[in-house]
Amino acid sequence: MMRRFWAVLIGRNKEFLRDRGALGWNILFPFFVVFGMAFAFSDKGQDVFKVGVVGEVSALPAGFGATKHLKFVPFEDKAVALGKLRHHQLDMLVSPGRPLVYFVNEKSPKGYLVEKIMLGTDAASFAPAREAVEGRPIRYVDWLVAGLLSMNMMFSALFGVGYNLVRYRKNGVLKRLKATPLRAVEFLTAQVVSRLILIMGVFTVVYHGSDFFLHYERLGSLFDLYLIFALGSACLVSLGLLVAARVTSEELAGGVLNMLSWPMMFLSGVWFSLEGAPAGLRFVAGMMPLTHLIDAARAVMTEGATLSQVAPHLYVLSLMTAVFLAVGAYTFRWD
Amino acid sequence: MSVVLEARGLVKRYPKATANAVDGLSLSVREGSCFGLLGPNGAGKTTTVEMLEGILKPDAGVILYRGAPAGTEFRERTGIQFQDTALQDHLTVRELLNLFGALYPKRLSEAELTKLCDLGELLDRDPEKLSGGQRQRALLALALVNDPDIVFLDEPTTGLDPQARRNFWDLARSIKARGKTVLLTTHYMEEAYALCDEVAIVDKGRIIAQGAPDTLLKKHFDGVVIELPKGDFKAPPGGLQGEVIERGEITELLTGEVEAALEALKRGGSSLAHLRVRPRTLEDLFLALTGRELRE
Repeated sequence: MMRRFWAVLIGRNKEFLRDRGALGWNILFPFFVVFGMAFAFSDKGQDVFKVGVVGEVSALPAGFGATKHLKFVPFEDKAVALGKLRHHQLDMLVSPGRPLVYFVNEKSPKGYLVEKIMLGTDAASFAPAREAVEGRPIRYVDWLVAGLLSMNMMFSALFGVGYNLVRYRKNGVLKRLKATPLRAVEFLTAQVVSRLILIMGVFTVVYHGSDFFLHYERLGSLFDLYLIFALGSACLVSLGLLVAARVTSEELAGGVLNMLSWPMMFLSGVWFSLEGAPAGLRFVAGMMPLTHLIDAARAVMTEGATLSQVAPHLYVLSLMTAVFLAVGAYTFRWD
Repeated sequence: MSVVLEARGLVKRYPKATANAVDGLSLSVREGSCFGLLGPNGAGKTTTVEMLEGILKPDAGVILYRGAPAGTEFRERTGIQFQDTALQDHLTVRELLNLFGALYPKRLSEAELTKLCDLGELLDRDPEKLSGGQRQRALLALALVNDPDIVFLDEPTTGLDPQARRNFWDLARSIKARGKTVLLTTHYMEEAYALCDEVAIVDKGRIIAQGAPDTLLKKHFDGVVIELPKGDFKAPPGGLQGEVIERGEITELLTGEVEAALEALKRGGSSLAHLRVRPRTLEDLFLALTGRELRE
């Protein structure tokens, strides 16, 4: 069993590594996307001032609360809000009451401006008490990189496995293998593992390569990040396998893969956060493996989350992987 | 010799087809023999052979390998060369041999395969970049990688030039000489005649005649074919003993009485300058049995 698996795995890896065009594209494309986005969005991640409020927004002094171009975001947990303030995801944090306690990040120019604005409103009469925090900013690119890398994984996983399997089925490579004692599960596992090796290899090169230039502000553990991406790509590869389990037309496979990947690209939070999105949209996003991969990876990147804090996402990804693999292997056809 | 592979009452109909591709076909193949399925394109040869290989599931009928339904052991003991075999991209012949070899519990060494199929300088090349004959040799080596008991060759020489075809026949004979059973499909009657101990002539999914090539010809024909260019032939007034058939630019006279027929032709004023006499072939037999040419 292992010998047959190894033989197919090694064959598939060689096949891929020798396809220079595809290999180059697989590595270069994510670089283009990461750098392109880093420059395009280098300075305009948030174009309104964001003020965190501990408790209800309605508890703010009325004049201050009505200030235009300020976005008030309520937080139940002050510690979470302070974390965001430290990384410049909030420009100021206010705890309403008398005295009105507010927190500013000394390193944030926007924080300085919001403070001046607030002190020019009726908030000044609530005995404001200032507390300073410090911390390097989390830039948009630090936030974005998890999404971009995940999106690239998705395309590589879905099309690399799904499309390739359908091509093999259509041109008869699978039929030739069917005539041997090779079992479907051995063949499919080799395809999945081969693609995982490739995806994680590309991830390593692209993440560390772009980190060298962009100096990501990663708060969580690198090991956790690798683990999450490995699990996420296993899930996406399995989804590709499921799509390709019996389809015989490359056009149909391409269509289905596009139908899966495009909504995921836009709705799973690659480009913008789904916090505050309508419940229906968030429900749909929650069905997508990419959403869970991005949420978990981003929490580790920008919030310093640990594995246990992102465990729900990991459970969902594991469950999806198991279901996709099982159904894919069960319904698989050689011809 | 014992029967190694047997099929009884095979039926296969493809979705949306109006007739069965294979329509109640039975055959048995003796161990160590070369068995040929001969028939025109679309006769059901490939469908039959793919059911025997276990690639296609028959709608009805049974297939027995050494008297028992074919199972895992059958797959390990057979070698297959499809009509169109696709292989993984970017792998050399040597790597493909190693890949396929690893899929079986027992394999022939690279050296043995190289010798058997004359692979020599082909080993490190991409199969996509080989000539037709070289590619068929590489594919044959893949079919033999597990040292099989039965080798299925589905139209192995279609599209090859005559020289490459004859070279492939030599390879097929050397495989048979190693005691292997060969099951061959072809629409070349000379190929079936050259290689097969037994042929089954297939038409419309059924076997219409079966036996050793010479026995079959003797059974259906006595005599020879006299060929004349169409313009040279004049029908003699008293008629001819035998049957006259027009095939393109050639008029054929099928007869058992050569001397009497020649006399009659001369009497009738036919020019005999371009006359040829040849034995009956399997192609003639197919025409006689179906009224159609084998290679239409």
